[in-house]
Amino acid sequence: MTTAMVRGRARHAVAAVWAVLFLWGLVGVVQRLTAGHAYTAYGSYVPWGLWVSAYIYFIGLSAGAFLLSSLVYVFRLKDLQRVGRVALFVAALTLGMALVSIWFDLGHMARFYEVFTRPNFKSLMAWMVWLYTAYVCLILAELWFETRCDLDTFARRGGPLAPVYRALALGWRCPESPEALAACHAQSRRWLRVLGSIGVPLAVTFHGGVGALFATVAARPYWHSALYPIFFLTGALLSGGGLLLAVVAGLDIVSEEERARIVRRLTRFVVGLLLFDLVLEWSEFSIPLWYGVGEELDVLKTVLFGPYWWVFWIVHLLMGAGVPLWLLLRRPGDRRAVAWAGGLVALTYMAVRLNLVIPAQLEPALRGLERAFVDARLVFHYVPSLHEWSVVAFIVSTGAAVFYLGMRFLPLVPVRAEEGGA
Amino acid sequence: MRTLDDAQARAVRAEESMGTAMVQGEEGVRAEAGALTDRREFVKELLAATGGLAAWMALRPEDAAAVPRAARAADLLDRPEPYPEGNLLERMRADLLRALQKPVHERKWVMVIDLRKCIGCKACTVSCIAENNLPPGVVYRPVVEEEIGEFPHVRRRFIPRPCMQCDNPPCVPVCPVGATWKRADGIVEIDYEACIGCRYCITACPYNARTFDFGEFYGEGTPEVMDYERRPAFEYGKKWQRAPGRDGSPVGNARKCHFCLHRIENGMLPACVTTCLGTATYFGDYNDPESLVHQLVGSTRLMRLKEELGTEPNVYYLV
Ligand code: SF4
Repeated sequence: MTTAMVRGRARHAVAAVWAVLFLWGLVGVVQRLTAGHAYTAYGSYVPWGLWVSAYIYFIGLSAGAFLLSSLVYVFRLKDLQRVGRVALFVAALTLGMALVSIWFDLGHMARFYEVFTRPNFKSLMAWMVWLYTAYVCLILAELWFETRCDLDTFARRGGPLAPVYRALALGWRCPESPEALAACHAQSRRWLRVLGSIGVPLAVTFHGGVGALFATVAARPYWHSALYPIFFLTGALLSGGGLLLAVVAGLDIVSEEERARIVRRLTRFVVGLLLFDLVLEWSEFSIPLWYGVGEELDVLKTVLFGPYWWVFWIVHLLMGAGVPLWLLLRRPGDRRAVAWAGGLVALTYMAVRLNLVIPAQLEPALRGLERAFVDARLVFHYVPSLHEWSVVAFIVSTGAAVFYLGMRFLPLVPVRAEEGGA
Repeated sequence: MRTLDDAQARAVRAEESMGTAMVQGEEGVRAEAGALTDRREFVKELLAATGGLAAWMALRPEDAAAVPRAARAADLLDRPEPYPEGNLLERMRADLLRALQKPVHERKWVMVIDLRKCIGCKACTVSCIAENNLPPGVVYRPVVEEEIGEFPHVRRRFIPRPCMQCDNPPCVPVCPVGATWKRADGIVEIDYEACIGCRYCITACPYNARTFDFGEFYGEGTPEVMDYERRPAFEYGKKWQRAPGRDGSPVGNARKCHFCLHRIENGMLPACVTTCLGTATYFGDYNDPESLVHQLVGSTRLMRLKEELGTEPNVYYLV
């Protein structure tokens, strides 16, 4: 079999998996829209489940990818220049996926606008929504400045997609003369720098804020930790970095030589962050566990040695930290190994998110409450239902499709070298 | 009892017009016995006067003045004899009616639960479900059971757990849309029509006192969802109609105990208080030094749940 044939087969297999995921997801979404929360497994005592975990997972990817893009636009890191746009695009896409996840989770989906019309700014959740909105505007503006000239070029080439490019460029036309074009690029760079500079504190605030959203809940000792906002930020950078690493190393979007440079740089980030993340986790677990007394003890023991111990030890520690570290440190030159490592880091971070959201809710507020009233929704136990997974499958498959279309049809890798951001 | 006010009249009207399937306590049974026929007539008159049940439901406590004076007086003429001294339910009702004569912000509703008197029958849990038409997954007042000691010295203790109506409620500031707040009389209210169902408040409650309405029915999967499950609830003084396949509020909302606000504003004690078999649950206005609850809160047996969190619960336990 030739390489081309192998590739063709692999492509078919990916397409088949995608189609299955998407169709299954579609069923889930229809169920969700017609039957409300009837098929969910979360209940009144464990009210936040898979969808909330997916939300913080995607939002983390977004913040991470965005902060990496700011290395290009704000801190002018030349090495990553060629993937600045991809990072921005991934940030926008994963943000959308996060918002859809949490939207499906609402009891009244049609009332989401109330967060804008009647916000309660004492609530960290209200802050989050407002900050996301600002963040969406900012990413879209950045993407527009980054790609407007290329979109214009694409539009001028004609073809069936020309009107789409024109619309995405918001009708922008780049000047023809070399001097004017240079001025135009300089203007874009200035704007990108300004927007990126606003974006950095914004992304730090909102993702730290998501950590605070949990950390401020004094009723749940497991969440109520001052370390959380930092933990969330580190997790965001780590998972976002992992995802970019997988994209750059796994796909043919830049030249061989550029890829090697970018991969080297990103590898250093990811390894550093991974180690830092483990240190934070060590503090988070070891301090309450050390003397074996304290309120969150039972929850920590559930995470480490409960029925889902493997989520922590195997999925998170082994697949999400051990294997990637080994691959990145031992086989840094192997493109496939690096792509796998990045992908594993990004993917398994979901285990961290699940282990963060769910265990805190498994402890009854009062001993005996678990037996006080017999009802399937009044239990301190939770495993996501297939329906919940199917909705996530829908979000992931749709996100993947948008990513594919974006990479294929949008100028996400600069057409002319000199346009690449900084 | 003649001195008792229009609130008492409203109490009777409310009970009849709402047609709640509540199990009546002895207080209710005796009160009803004498004056039923007259009251029926009275209700008819009242409905005509106020433009029907729907209009009545919309009446807020401040609108009490809108009830014709003559009607109130007529009702009071037929009040049954007062209960003998020492009947705690009647005393609490008198406390309640006295409190209702004050403006809302001068009342402070509290509940006291005597754990030595609670027999763990769960009549309160059930009456609450009946009163508020609670669906699966929603419970306002579970009774937690604790076993203490070892054989042969074993005891059981029962801890009913309503909403604590905290003075510093952790569930309120977290709401992104301000759909839940602390009322002037101390009750933590939820606006079902504003709540987006994010469930942040449910996670923030340190007593697990908030639950979520998943839109389910006990009768689902059986030949018929029975009529009693389709009856409306009257929480917060509004009519809430649930039906299979309908996703309007309170489906999709956070729900919790509100001390039966719709009852107390109409001169009735909360359902759990009237149905408590052991007379272990007391309710009243803490701002009234004459009230039974004020007296009980002075007990040395007093305890509150998770006092250390600083939530300042308004439910007290006597241990
Ligand atoms: S569930 Fe409703 S009341 Fe509770 S925080 Fe969310 S919007 Fe507010």
